[in-house]
Order: sequence, then structure tokens, then C-alpha cells
Amino acid sequence: MSRKTYKPGNYPDLPPPPGTVGIHGWIKQNLFSSINNSLLTIISVVLLYYFIDGIIGWFFLDAVFDAESKIACRKIDDGACWAVITRRVGQFVYGFYPEAERWRIDITFLTMFLAFAPLLYPDIPKRKWLLYFSLIYPFFAFVLIMGGYFGLQKIEYSLFGGFMLTVILGVCGIVCSLPLGILLALGRQSKLTVVRTLSVCFIEFMRGVPLITLLFVASSMLNYFLPPGTNFSILVRVIIMFTFFSAAYIAEVIRGGIQAIPKGQYEAADALGMNYWQKTRFITLPQALKISIPGIVNTFIGLYKDTTLVVVIGLLDPLGIGRAALADTKWNGLSTETYLFVALFFFVSCFAMSRYSLWLENKLNTDQK
Amino acid sequence: MVTNKNKSTKPVIQIKEMHKWFGNFHVLKNISLGVNQGERIVICGPSGSGKSTLIRCINRLEVHQQGDIIVNNVELTGDLKNLEAIRSDVGMVFQSFNLFPHLTVLENCTLAPIWVKKLPKKDAEELAMELLTRVKIPEQALKYPGQLSGGQQQRVAIARSLCMQPKIMLFDEPTSALDPEMIKEVLDTMIELAETGMTMLVVTHEMGFAKKVADSVIFMDEGEIIEQNDPKNFFNNPKNDRTKLFLSQILNH
Repeated sequence: MSRKTYKPGNYPDLPPPPGTVGIHGWIKQNLFSSINNSLLTIISVVLLYYFIDGIIGWFFLDAVFDAESKIACRKIDDGACWAVITRRVGQFVYGFYPEAERWRIDITFLTMFLAFAPLLYPDIPKRKWLLYFSLIYPFFAFVLIMGGYFGLQKIEYSLFGGFMLTVILGVCGIVCSLPLGILLALGRQSKLTVVRTLSVCFIEFMRGVPLITLLFVASSMLNYFLPPGTNFSILVRVIIMFTFFSAAYIAEVIRGGIQAIPKGQYEAADALGMNYWQKTRFITLPQALKISIPGIVNTFIGLYKDTTLVVVIGLLDPLGIGRAALADTKWNGLSTETYLFVALFFFVSCFAMSRYSLWLENKLNTDQK
Repeated sequence: MVTNKNKSTKPVIQIKEMHKWFGNFHVLKNISLGVNQGERIVICGPSGSGKSTLIRCINRLEVHQQGDIIVNNVELTGDLKNLEAIRSDVGMVFQSFNLFPHLTVLENCTLAPIWVKKLPKKDAEELAMELLTRVKIPEQALKYPGQLSGGQQQRVAIARSLCMQPKIMLFDEPTSALDPEMIKEVLDTMIELAETGMTMLVVTHEMGFAKKVADSVIFMDEGEIIEQNDPKNFFNNPKNDRTKLFLSQILNH
């Protein structure tokens, strides 16, 4: 190949050599860069083919989606027996919430997205109006779920269960623990000795005790510690414990974020005459929270999955409902299907949170955009 | 040399027998200094001599333990009211810019005017655009600091301080973190600022700037003011041996 010569200063920008960029380049560099790599690629594809073939067969092709019982399932085909789920899906979703009133849960759940939208997506149109809705949403949801007002039938806590219970515990815990965690993180950094000591004690105590212990305390002992006459329902007590527990973790995650902010940021804010709360609101928190997003979401996902622990104090979370289903002689032995279904539900929720946090990190990344 | 027509005899900063310690380390020793309105003072000296600490005491980023500092007739004490009054009159530019990375250039400039000075948002933005134009980067207003060069960032930092409409500007080695080709754009901005009659205290090693702009040059070493003189005498016949040594080191390399 002949090489052209250029006068100094006139060398043009040339395209990269063929096969180094684009899909072609990617495949070459990542899958077939050497003989060994090519071999690995081929073996992996073959293995994947056999696995996927078997998995798809068990999950879908040979599976039974509706039948009277496990025995009836097996008579039809030898794949998964999803009938245990489809026949009991109402219980998995709503627990023992009365069937005639389940529309209330549906509405609460759907409007929850509307209430969260302006908080999660700052660029959404009509954000201001939606924010008003977000503000009243907790009361709206409470009335709708609990009933007892506006002619709605009052529903007992003990009937709550399934995914609905998970979402209630998870969402309440997450929504309450973030502000509490922020306050604790600020408290721990405070110059006021009393505030700092109290924050440190709270954080260290909550982090130093297993969650399950706290749940037992919530179920049996919390009323001893509260002023006489207060009587929270078990659900509220459990939410309080989840909130405290994850707030302690979140406080530490945010403290890490606060400490990662260069000292110069505070000096600049001081030099401009800003006071403590102005600095906290405009300089510290926006930067600290941005740095802490992965850690905060990590804690949230942990909290969300830990809601399954309520099964030990007798609340019927999806695992409890699953156990009840398996105890039924008709469905005896279908634990694979049951637990896979519950796992899928948790995976979808947690994966969504994880994706959202990635999106947010990208959006807030302001250098070299 | 720019002659200073704005210099007056009205004192805006008075420091009397001020001492400061970091723990047991005596960083500033018996500092006395008066600065008149419109005066431009350049402070130089070897690293560790306490020159940055000195100007950081003037807006109380560092707390002095003995002596008096009076800025604009207000004495610097632990009283928060006084502190806020002084800080909104004293602008500061840092070596490492310290722009807020999560805010756009315009938001950097309007944040303090809106919240500290309670300026309406529209007025604050107008003022900010005017000052960004003065430092010659109005077109960058909606970018984030991370997208700008060092020189541009430092000019934004100057504009941000000016948005508070300060009476005094402190510069803490404003060009030390910059690439050589960007130093000039920042120094030019500072020279223009000097021409508007701003009272300036500048810690710098840029002796060209000192010769051109300063009314008075201070040499500090080991926490003391060793020598203070007008630039002509300071550079041509330094009196103290340590000043001579320092000047020979930075001028003949």
C-alpha cells in the first residue's frame, strides 16, 4: 500500500483501519481475538443452547398453566406446574384482603406510579401539579387501603398479605428512611455535641442489632417502651422498625458521600456568606446524595428483600402465602414453582430500582457531558 | 504600570497585632496591616510562610486567636451577624476554583445573590450575565464547570464572587493551578478588575502582575511580614536579605 505524504501541519483526520470499530470490530475484539477466545466462544454458545433449550422446555413448552392439582398437572405434561400460581394468584397478590374490595388495592398501586413520577423524574411535564398529588398521596393511600372512612369498609391489618404487603412495607420503609437517614447523617457530622452523640448512638445501635431481633421487639415489646395509651398496630410497628434499621445504614452511606465532598466547596460557600442550612441544601446534600446513589439504592434493595423476614412474626408476606399454598395437599411438593415465582417478583422490583439508579447517576453526571 | 487613581485614604481593612496558631504551631506572628479603599496589595513569600492563612483570616475562613481584624468598620469576632455582614462584602477566589460542580455556570453565579442577598431571580441572572460578559464567557453560562478549561473556570469563579457585589476581593494564588497558556487570561481579568477601583489583596507568585498593578508588595516569611514597599522599590532595592534571596530565586530561574 502506498503511503501518501503530507506537508507538516496539513495531515488530515483519517478514518480508523477497517475491522476496529462498529459491531464488526466489537465481535472481533471481544469474541474472536485469539484462538483460545474463539474456542471459548464456540463452547459457550453450544452450552447455552443446551441450557436454554431445557429451561424453555421446563418453563414454557412442557409447562402446565392450569389444572386442578399437582397430580392433574403431571397427567397433562412433565414441565413446570404453574397451576399452583394461577389458581392462587389472588392470594399471592392481595393476601386475604376481601375479594370484593381488591379494586382499592389496584387503584392505590396504579396511582402510586403517578405519585412517584414527579419525585423520580424531575423533567416530567406538569411536575408541580403532580407534586401536590404526591403530597396528598400518603393519606389517599391510607384511607383507600385501610377503609373506615367515606363509606369504605374497614379492613383489618391481619388480612394483608402477599405482594401487596411487601410493597406496603417496602415503599413505606424506603420513603421514610431516606429523610431520616439524611437527618442522621447530618446529625452525625453536626458541631452540636448532643445532636452528634444521639445520632451516633442511634446509628450504632440499629446497625449493631439483627433486623430479626428488631422485628421481635416490634411484635412483642415495643408497646412497653412507648408512652402508655399508645397502641400501634403490628403493621405500623414493623414499618417503624424497618425505617429505623435502614435509616441507620443510609445515614452511613450518606456520611460517606458528605465526606467525599472537597473542603473547598464549603470554603467557597462560606466565602459567599451562605449559612449552615443554605450550605446543606444547595451544596452538601445535592453532591453527597449524588455520590451515595449506588449505596442508597443498595440499602433500599436490601430493605425490600428483608421484608420477607416478617414471616417470622406471623405476617403473610409472599413467602408465607407460598408456604400456605404448599401446605395444601393438592399442591404438595411444588416448591420450585412457588419460590421461583416469588423470586421473579422480587427480581423484577429490585432490577427496576437498580436500573433507575443507573439512569439517575448518568443524568446527574455533569462533567464532560 | 497602571497608576491607581482610585486609591483613597479611607481604610477598609485594619489588622492590628494579629496572631494565629494551628495547634501549637505559631503560623502568623504579630501581623499589622492597613488597606485603604481601592488599594491593591500583592502578598508573596515562600510556601508555608502564612500568606494564604493571612488572607483567609480576613473573611474568617481561619480564626485568629489574638489581635484585631476590622473589615469595613466591623470587627471580626465569633458573632455570626458580623461574620455574615463581612463575608457578603468580601469576595474570595481560590487556587482550585471551588466552583460547585453540580450547578451550571449561571447557577453558580446566582445562588448566593438569590439566597444570601435575597435578590429576585431575574435580577440575579441579569447581574450574573453582565459579569460573565465582563470576564468574557457569557456563552458558557449554561454549561457545567466540568466542561470548561481551568482558565475559564477561574474566570467564572471571579464572576461568581463579583455577583455578590463585594467591596474587597481576596485572591488566594488564583493562577497557581493553571496551565501556562491560561494564566494570562485570568491575570488580564484581574487587571481589568483592578482598573474598576476594586480593593484587592492578591497572594501570587506572578511578579509581572505585581509590578503592573500593585500599589504595595508585601513579602512574608515564617509567619511574619518581613518587608512592605511599593513595587518599584520592592523589586529594585529590597532591603531585607530574605527578600533578596526570595526575589533572586523566583526571578532568575
